[in-house]
Amino acid sequence: MQTEHLNESIFSEEILEDLKKNRIDHMTYLPDMEVLESDVMDRVLTATAAYDPERYTEADVRQALAKDNRSLEDFAALLSPAALPLLEEIAQAARRETKKHFGNSVYMFTPIYIANYCENYCIYCGFNCHNNIRRAQLNAEEIEQEMEAIAKTGLQEILILTGESRSKSTVEYIGEACKIARKYFKVIGLEIYPVNSDEYAYLHQCGADYVTVFQETYHPDRYETLHLAGHKRIFPYRVNAQERALKGGMRGVGFAALLGLDDYRKDAFATGCHAYLLQRKYPHAEIAFSCPRLRPIINNDRINPMDVHEAQLLQVVCAYRLFMPFANITVSTRECARVRDHLVDIAATKISAGVSTGIGEHSEHAEKKGDDQFEISDSRSVAEVYEALLKNGLQPVMNDYVYL
Amino acid sequence: MMQHAEDKLILGGHTFTSRFILGSGKFSLELVQACIEKAEAEIVTLAVRRANEGGLANILDYIPEHVTLLPNTSGARNAEEAVRIARLSRELGCGDFVKVEIMRDSKYLLPDNQETIKATEQLAKEGFIVMPYMYPDLNAARDLVQAGAACVMPLAAPIGSNKGLCTKEFIQILIDEIDLPIIVDAGIGRPSQACEAMEMGAAAIMANTAIATAGNVALMAEAFKQAILAGRSAYLSGLGRTISKGASASSPLTGFLQE
Repeated sequence: MQTEHLNESIFSEEILEDLKKNRIDHMTYLPDMEVLESDVMDRVLTATAAYDPERYTEADVRQALAKDNRSLEDFAALLSPAALPLLEEIAQAARRETKKHFGNSVYMFTPIYIANYCENYCIYCGFNCHNNIRRAQLNAEEIEQEMEAIAKTGLQEILILTGESRSKSTVEYIGEACKIARKYFKVIGLEIYPVNSDEYAYLHQCGADYVTVFQETYHPDRYETLHLAGHKRIFPYRVNAQERALKGGMRGVGFAALLGLDDYRKDAFATGCHAYLLQRKYPHAEIAFSCPRLRPIINNDRINPMDVHEAQLLQVVCAYRLFMPFANITVSTRECARVRDHLVDIAATKISAGVSTGIGEHSEHAEKKGDDQFEISDSRSVAEVYEALLKNGLQPVMNDYVYL
Repeated sequence: MMQHAEDKLILGGHTFTSRFILGSGKFSLELVQACIEKAEAEIVTLAVRRANEGGLANILDYIPEHVTLLPNTSGARNAEEAVRIARLSRELGCGDFVKVEIMRDSKYLLPDNQETIKATEQLAKEGFIVMPYMYPDLNAARDLVQAGAACVMPLAAPIGSNKGLCTKEFIQILIDEIDLPIIVDAGIGRPSQACEAMEMGAAAIMANTAIATAGNVALMAEAFKQAILAGRSAYLSGLGRTISKGASASSPLTGFLQE
């Protein structure tokens, strides 16, 4: 196993035993997986393999900062160790770009977990199929109750999540959830297992418009050691999910590496490169980034994001902003209120509120049915986040979208 | 501005005294009203995609009733989507004005002239007062006139860039050749640039980011108002000549006729 940048907090004895077993080839598509004629993944992997963060100097970073329109090379410099001492200047520049493109608007939303069944064995995730947690799936009536309760808080954008179990949470089931969501919300995003482009088209017809897929890590070998079983193990099918979503008619796509799984600079670079190449290929596509760091999960409270401290997180968020100033950047409840409140003032444009990563916790009468994906760090309600934004001189925006 | 009492901006049969169209999308809602007052704006744009039937942070709650709403179709990627957004705006009670914005590019947000012409034609047929945002191209502007536009809104620079009159020469051509009000939209970053566009003969200025990103939003709105008034007065008064180098003889070429 490649040991450089290995996050030891993820591994238990059981996992180390499992790693010795035979596993399917993570680079070979399974039957029924759509294969795209696309060179995007190869270009991302080639550029990322060639990226040497140590190669950049303070002068490279200053040159990148001074530009109006930044190249992939500038992005690489902004993510390098040479940029860290210039973080204040970088944050100031990022803030200027954010204001230019978004003014003081910050979009609010909440995720709704409608199921937590999962067929994958991702060793860092609380939902993984070997983790002993309470599993649950909401039925149509329960989804409606939850959504009604969320809509009452004033939110108009929702992000629907399932664990990644195609057999339990079928495309049709997710489609029905989208149709219910259409009754209560203006904007519907999806964070589900990757599907084929015709299935994205179906989900778009059902009301969804945004698809976010976390690649977790763009390093194929590290990916292999972290995703031991299930459809998610197939690396190229996951990388090409955003492109299939755009082919299916989705308006926007979200990208993320889970920072702390591998070399975060290279993973952030690959994430930006992926978004950049797709935006060039599909210029109408709206682009969004999420910047998750690893969090503790049930049955492993040791998990931590390794060397991605708050300064490094800020560096990544600012680099995304300076590279693609028009992109939305989401800051999740994996971060605490203090960090989130500052990030939305500098570079992030989307913030979740009233978050539960468990199943069925929003409506008053319902009891929580399934356990959480990860521990959240900011449990503030919608009203509390709304007030905090106003206090910070920012304008909460509930809706910036018309479904057509 | 008593001497300009008769100088009105006419759009789709509606008469306006102010030549400042204020954007509302990028600053705090509680400042919208103060901004409108300081700017003495009579037209305020709002993105239909931001307008709600009700609920939290609804921009419609912050715009005074006497102000004319100019809903825009931002988010539309083609003519069909723009038409649907405009119809939705009418259903929401936002009136008959519509600013057509069609972008197929999420990076620069540059308008698609061809689709804009198609949408303008359809919406004009449906009785909308159509104000199309466009890239300053004379042929496209002529097509917009034919399509039934109430004005033409060329960009000065990419939206949000605050770069000023980058397309100055082409806007001047539109001003000279098109018999509709030319309203300069997008890219104006400073009051002085708004003033310059008005001196050129622009009928009005639309600004958003320059004001939204100012230290004091309401004060900048007022500064724009003054600049636009000054530019308009200069245009109406007829600008004096400028001499590129040194002084000039009074009749260097025809003087011999007096010899």
